[in-house]
Amino acid sequence: MTTHNQAWSLADTLLQSRLLIGSALYPSPEIMRQAIQASESQVVTVSIRRQNIGDQSGQAFWQIIQSLGCHILPNTAGCRTAQESITTAQMAREIFGTNWVKLEVIGDDYTLQPDPFDLVKAAQVLIEDGFEVFPYASDDLVLCQRLVDVGCRIVMPWASPIGSGKGIMNPYNMELIRQRLPDTTLIVDAGIGKPSHAAQALEMGFDGVLLNSAVALADDPINMASAFKLAIEAGRLGYNSGTMPQREFATPSTPVLGTPFWHQG
Amino acid sequence: MILLINDKPTESNAQTLASLVLELEIEGAFALALNENFVPKSQYADTFVNENDRIEIVAPMQGG
Repeated sequence: MTTHNQAWSLADTLLQSRLLIGSALYPSPEIMRQAIQASESQVVTVSIRRQNIGDQSGQAFWQIIQSLGCHILPNTAGCRTAQESITTAQMAREIFGTNWVKLEVIGDDYTLQPDPFDLVKAAQVLIEDGFEVFPYASDDLVLCQRLVDVGCRIVMPWASPIGSGKGIMNPYNMELIRQRLPDTTLIVDAGIGKPSHAAQALEMGFDGVLLNSAVALADDPINMASAFKLAIEAGRLGYNSGTMPQREFATPSTPVLGTPFWHQG
Repeated sequence: MILLINDKPTESNAQTLASLVLELEIEGAFALALNENFVPKSQYADTFVNENDRIEIVAPMQGG
């Protein structure tokens, strides 16, 4: 298939795809594997959990993920304090052999909105400890700025709450973050529900999209993964091509000159 | 002695994290935290465990 993808750099790693994909909630491990392949994503999010003694399900899952040959982005999902997320990140770094971490510090159980204070605190500690921090943030400009101030090269503002599928809730905030942080890699994380939401994020100039539920919970996750791949390519190509200015009134696209039966007053 | 392993009281004869890992026959990709602090594998042999220590053992898992 013809592709318009151009290589881009994420944390000093050259990638073709601008889609980062999660590994949770799929109907089966095999559908997960096929959906991730269909997405052509090169970055897969994983997590860590308490292991029951003798339970090898985590190892089987890890083998499938390794077979995909993607870059691994471990998360700190479920953490509620800076200290919890720091310890979780350190354990994930040892398990997965990467210094990348999707830093999640949840401040509100209902919306899963990040705790901005502990998020910044944890990001600073982890960066000093050699991590490449991918912070999951809300669409608050000042929070995103603070994360950059403590050394984050990547910031991941949400489109809307995790798993809500509502798309970009506040386009004004998102446009502002893009404009005010022109040198930061910005990934839209969480809340993407359908391919058009992802295309919109790329059209706005975001560097990529991280999603999970929108693919995993689709009726057909494998085809939905392809749809997102194409939407993200379309959005990026559209952004690079420069959109036309909006106008308040209609302007004919067909020239008026030479119109038959045209009688000028 | 009793250790709290993943929040479950567990009887153990292990003196160090290295012997605990052997005792529990933990294999594959995993990591440990002792009393909420990460302990790298390279320090298991030198890290002693004591009564009522809280030990988290984690493995890879699906995530988004």
